[in-house]
Amino acid sequence: MKQWVLAAIAAIGLGTAAEAAEFKPAVVFDMGGKFDKSFNEGVYEGAERFKKETGTSYLEFEVTNETQREQAIRRMARRGANPILGVGFAQGPAIEKVAKEFPDLSFAIIDSVVDVPNVQSIVFNEHEGSFLVGVLAAKASKTGTISFVGGMDIPLIRRFACGYVGGALWANEDIKVIQNMTGSTPAAWNDPTKGAELARSQFDRGSDVVFAAAGSTGLGVLQAADDAKKLAIGVDSNQNYLHPGTMLTSMLKRVDIAAYNVFMAGSKGELKPGLNVLGLGENGVGWALDEHNQALITDEMKALVAQAEAGIKSGEIKVHDYMADNTCPY
Amino acid sequence: MSQPVKLPRWIDIGVIPALNILAALLVSALVILAVGEDPVKALEVMLYGAFGYDEAIGYTLYYTTNFIFTGLAVAIAFHAGLFNIGGEGQAYIGGLGVGLLILALDGWLPWYGLLPLAILAAALFGGAWAAVPGWLQAYRGSHIVITTIMFNFIASALMVHLMVNVLIKPGQMSPESREFAESAWLPQGHEIFAALGIDISRSPLNFSFLIALVAALLVTLFIWRTRWGYAIRTVGRNETAAIYAGIDPKKTVFWTMALSGALAGMVGINEIMGVQHKLLLNFTAGYGFTGIAVSLMGRNHPVGIVLASLLFGALYQGGAELDFEFEQITRDMVVVIQGLIILFSGALAYMFNPMVARLVGRLAAAKG
Repeated sequence: MKQWVLAAIAAIGLGTAAEAAEFKPAVVFDMGGKFDKSFNEGVYEGAERFKKETGTSYLEFEVTNETQREQAIRRMARRGANPILGVGFAQGPAIEKVAKEFPDLSFAIIDSVVDVPNVQSIVFNEHEGSFLVGVLAAKASKTGTISFVGGMDIPLIRRFACGYVGGALWANEDIKVIQNMTGSTPAAWNDPTKGAELARSQFDRGSDVVFAAAGSTGLGVLQAADDAKKLAIGVDSNQNYLHPGTMLTSMLKRVDIAAYNVFMAGSKGELKPGLNVLGLGENGVGWALDEHNQALITDEMKALVAQAEAGIKSGEIKVHDYMADNTCPY
Repeated sequence: MSQPVKLPRWIDIGVIPALNILAALLVSALVILAVGEDPVKALEVMLYGAFGYDEAIGYTLYYTTNFIFTGLAVAIAFHAGLFNIGGEGQAYIGGLGVGLLILALDGWLPWYGLLPLAILAAALFGGAWAAVPGWLQAYRGSHIVITTIMFNFIASALMVHLMVNVLIKPGQMSPESREFAESAWLPQGHEIFAALGIDISRSPLNFSFLIALVAALLVTLFIWRTRWGYAIRTVGRNETAAIYAGIDPKKTVFWTMALSGALAGMVGINEIMGVQHKLLLNFTAGYGFTGIAVSLMGRNHPVGIVLASLLFGALYQGGAELDFEFEQITRDMVVVIQGLIILFSGALAYMFNPMVARLVGRLAAAKG
């Protein structure tokens, strides 16, 4: 009982004297788990980097059922953890509820918008990053057909697809883009076999570059491209190292930077509430170039993608955001 | 083969389960030791996390509620000699019934008006979902284990279709319905206690815990004090004798399954009306399957089932606490520990029986 009284006192104390309380950030991973090689793992890496640089450890939890989201976040809050980072859109309602109960603590949520005064909502301009890899795909394609494999069919993933098509058409007006979604439930994030099937059928229809935005399902897509000696584009983390030689690039969504920044800002007591949109300008999204794909990226491609990048940043190129009106004009 | 010794009742329902849990905890301790944490401290954390403070007790009892319903469902089928593996799907569809009802009526009726209808909906939907395999078993001879497990998959596919295409609230990512009007929510545990003047922390514990206890009582009366309960037990023990006694085994199998499914469907009252307050995917989270272990451990008796539910509720809640407290113990470790307890008290439930029987026999002989 004693430690609970202490924790409660610490939690109360935090509101009045933030400096006095021990700084303790917390992260609640979602059902994918922190080692999903993609989204959650990116957050984990960012949190680990923070731990290594500052020597401050953090609290963490991986939820296993629906009820635990709110429970875990509230537990962290009661322990005086501050800031508390929720990972993934599914945690939005839980963060909203707990943030209202603990107005003195700071919260952050990735991939969802929670309009509460002590929550920072971090969203990414995935369509901008997808536009860039679309440009690269169109330039790398020899057949004039490229393709896209999405995970769960939700507006967020259509936003990836729409940006990708937009980029490809910008680079080559005659390009043909095949699109497939893996499924309509969360299971679609974790079905590499089906991902590989979809990729193979797309190759049969003439595609020679495939972009996978599908969590672990994407691993099957990348493998299928390696087997068929076609090109593939990874997502979220830099996945170039997985299949050097057939990985054209990866569309980066820097959740690691987001997590790191939340913890860093929190440690200084400067975590700002409100909407935090990470786009190309903020280096929140981008494309990966490293020793594994250098040989595949020609100088011409580099120049063109740099031109696109500059165009988006200056506002000259407008990338359509699917989630703005739930349509894709391309 | 020696003559089997009939164990005194208190040993069968008291000592044997305790021994099973002890054995499971010992093996778990070895596993925890192997990953480099202190097993004694882990047990302490687990107990504290399950019963140490009011919010923890609330969570433990919330899980207990689900297990009582699914445990009773498995038990009632078991008394008729049926192995209902479909609790998961029946709970899922029961929840669908509750959700549809509340989505249709939540502006019109307060929770106490909705509750009887919701119970009816949960029982009807869950019961119908189990009655189909029951009918197939009774009149077509399709094995209940196979059909109920298949119905779990059908339930899951049906829910996915409905949530993704029909019931989803437009303009959001997750396949979830709109939230129910607050007047339709079951009273939460902390609200009930607040009305009594006692202040406790909020937790998902809600009114349905009381419904679960009443259900346990009713099932006890039903199985041992009614003509239908007698019919169920007779069919379970000896079908031929049942026919001689003028009981129609086919009809009994069908109605027992319907009743079993109705009980499993009641999980929907707790989860949908009491906790989530909206329809969503996967709210059953394996409670239907755990109900099998609960029923086995509770020796298919409602009192045993309530106690076993409490144990599993404590395992779920205390297990989550382990994940919180220890670096090395992840959620997968917690599943291992839960699995060991299910293994020892479910699958190996009778492992210690011969040993204890011999011991009891020797003691009795010594006493003369």
